[in-house]
Amino acid sequence: MNATMLDRSRAAIDRSFTGFVDCDVHPFTKSSDDFDEFLPQRWVEHRHTIGGRTRQGLGKAGLYPRMSPGVGQRGDAWPPGGGMPGSDLGFMQLQLLDLFEVAYGMLAPLVGGAAGERNVDYGAAMATAVNEWQLAYWCDPDPRLKAAVTINLENEKAAIAEIEKRAGDRRFSQVAIPPRGLEPLGRRRYWPILEACAANGFPITLHLGGSSGHPSTGGGWPSFYHEEHPSYAQTMQTLVVSLVCEGVFEHIPNLKVVLVEGGFGWMPSLCWRLDKHWKRLRTEVPFLKQAPSEYVRQNIWVTTQPIEEPRRPQDMLSLLEWIGIDRVLFSTDYPHWDQDDPRYAFKVQLPAEWQRKIYRDNALALYGLDG
Amino acid sequence: MPASTIQAIDCDVHPPLPSTRDLLPHIDDYWREHILRRGIEADSFETTAHPAKAPLNCRPDWRDGETSQLDGLRERLLEPFGLRVAICNMLHGATMVFNEDLSAALCKGVNNWVAAELLDRDPRLRASILVTPHSPANAVQEMERLAPDRRFVQVLLPALGEMPLGRRYHWPIYEAAERLGLPIGIHAGSMFRHPPSALGWPSYYLEDYVSLATGFASALNSLVTEGVFVKYPRLKVVLIESGVTWLPGYFWRIDKTWRGVRSETPWVNGPPSEIIRAHVRVTIQPFDDPPKAAQVQTILEQIGCDDMLLFSTDYPHWHFEGTDAFPDGLPLGLHEKVMVENPLATYSRLS
Amino acid sequence: MTRHVVATVDEIAPGTCKIVSVKGREIGVFNVNHEFFALINRCPHQGAPLCTGAIVSRIEAPMPGEYRLTRQGEMLRCPWHCWEFDIRTGQSWCEPNSVHARTYQVEITPGETLAKGPFAAEVVPVSVERDYVVVSV
Repeated sequence: MNATMLDRSRAAIDRSFTGFVDCDVHPFTKSSDDFDEFLPQRWVEHRHTIGGRTRQGLGKAGLYPRMSPGVGQRGDAWPPGGGMPGSDLGFMQLQLLDLFEVAYGMLAPLVGGAAGERNVDYGAAMATAVNEWQLAYWCDPDPRLKAAVTINLENEKAAIAEIEKRAGDRRFSQVAIPPRGLEPLGRRRYWPILEACAANGFPITLHLGGSSGHPSTGGGWPSFYHEEHPSYAQTMQTLVVSLVCEGVFEHIPNLKVVLVEGGFGWMPSLCWRLDKHWKRLRTEVPFLKQAPSEYVRQNIWVTTQPIEEPRRPQDMLSLLEWIGIDRVLFSTDYPHWDQDDPRYAFKVQLPAEWQRKIYRDNALALYGLDG
Repeated sequence: MPASTIQAIDCDVHPPLPSTRDLLPHIDDYWREHILRRGIEADSFETTAHPAKAPLNCRPDWRDGETSQLDGLRERLLEPFGLRVAICNMLHGATMVFNEDLSAALCKGVNNWVAAELLDRDPRLRASILVTPHSPANAVQEMERLAPDRRFVQVLLPALGEMPLGRRYHWPIYEAAERLGLPIGIHAGSMFRHPPSALGWPSYYLEDYVSLATGFASALNSLVTEGVFVKYPRLKVVLIESGVTWLPGYFWRIDKTWRGVRSETPWVNGPPSEIIRAHVRVTIQPFDDPPKAAQVQTILEQIGCDDMLLFSTDYPHWHFEGTDAFPDGLPLGLHEKVMVENPLATYSRLS
Repeated sequence: MTRHVVATVDEIAPGTCKIVSVKGREIGVFNVNHEFFALINRCPHQGAPLCTGAIVSRIEAPMPGEYRLTRQGEMLRCPWHCWEFDIRTGQSWCEPNSVHARTYQVEITPGETLAKGPFAAEVVPVSVERDYVVVSV
């Protein structure tokens, strides 16, 4: 009787699925106290008393519970030594970084609540703490991991200071901006922050989630997570619309935007729709010197996870082609429940050149990383 | 040479709005007094969602001139396109008024005006019933009042209201619609009870308009996940002025979500895309055409249900030139189906 | 196919699963209310270790708001994307009519890019002989 479970071992993995750049990896805290070592005492006390306050009714839980424990984690990603999935670097290396010989992992630290915190001074302090935590516990111990500069979106002065502080530190690869702020991201009030990102050589990463306080759909609040999950793809689309139509890319042509975890099946039709109706309404937005789809092609990238699953697998090929092979970045979203396995995410064989670009070269070029 | 539209059934036409003064003869004594007392007859009910003179909403050769609403429809739409039937959807802001009963009175006035000024005067015209989305009891009352008039073929709701359309609050409307054999027409537009998306309020009309496609997606998600089609299996829904080419990507996403999240809403007993193919139809303008005509065929294959497409001009909105109402690349073999068969199958009152 | 003893009946308590390896294949052996079933430990979706997922019941609702819990302990939920499978048959709840490759013998369906149909977990025949659980691989 053989009772051992076989390792899903590194040796068994096809080389074409190793050495990739994972553009969405989630580190987690072992406890909510983990940031205290990086916070001024005033904010430690604040955190332990009034606590974080975002624009929603539940103070310590989400309003759309996920479908698996740990707020939507992969069931086999709980570290044997304890703690939340994603909180143990060793286990992350075992299950992802070493297993697939990952070249780089772009961190998306959805921890601390800094981005949407209503007390913008606390939010700024927490953002700094999250950035220090990424370096201390993730990037310094494993330099394959690249941090994302966390900011509080509504604290312009502190956000710009934080971006400038991290400029030139190659352990940081991009600035994390919450997709759902008080106003659509393309609005002029956010331009100083966006300018600072571009001026300091940072792409911006917009990872889905969070709450602006506005209902997650234009028709009100959904009842179910079954609606909330697809609403993230809707949010990504309206982000594209905002950034393009408000003229952000005309004003900041070298701003690079990565849309993370919003899917990409919507992108071609959104571009067609934007171009069509822009033709009629050009006089409203005369500062746009090109068709909207041109700005999308030049300035916007998308990550693959959660990968689209067309009914006819070959439709994936035309979809990728319509978006542009060089705009697509592979991601796992480890350790969330809907993460993608690099070997089995695509249900169709990609041409070798596409595979290289999507899994590696596009990200190396975008982030200026050594291959 | 544009494809023929002769004998087509146009499933989305927007007559210019009557002035509120013009509605007064069609409103009962009590509400006429109320309206006059408050000076509301001087108010325009043009909606933020559809500013009438915006270039997108008004093709230059279809601009309001000196002609009456009816003459305009005849000269610019019915005659040139050779239409058999045109379904009038009044984009009237009566639905926005917070006072539920005042809103209902105004909606009723609009419906009465449509019957007297349009339907009575041209046998080619049909209409959707304007109702109060935020007041299901009033909406049902109006539906039952007008149901005996078979020239009213549909109930009109805006895509984005106070609550997602599938919410149980709205179910009396769907119960009545199913019972009375009236499809629910979900039209592009928002009551702007909320910003157009989770991001908040955009600056430009272009953004609002383009975002509407995501609004329709959220409305469909609500109808499906709340189980409206399980509860009301004979209910039909028409997406009007929604765009078409976003459907494939949308189908892939909601089916994928359903496979993992099914147990949250276990009455959703099959892939959402199949539920939608069975119950939902979509007008073809705006199509949101791809750059190459050949891509249209791929999109149609991906939508996987030619029965869904309903001919429309979306008059007087500006989506094409002349009478070139069919998207480039829509196979000629489908034209008859889209122009006639599908609308007849959707709107049983047309036969 | 050869037969392999993988456990005694007492080793796998009702409502639990034991992962074993036989001829290089990982197999999850389930005790569903004193009956034994086995599935290949690989989700047909993206290759997750399916049999390490939660053993659950069937959540159904004939109408919105009418909730039923049936088939207690007879369903398996993939630890990744939460697809639900019938432990007895390997059929996925979401596509019960996709009956490609329900048995260990693989059927190639023309036009499918996966060798196995995407919506069924691979079943391994199991029998109980005296006190032993035996799989045929």
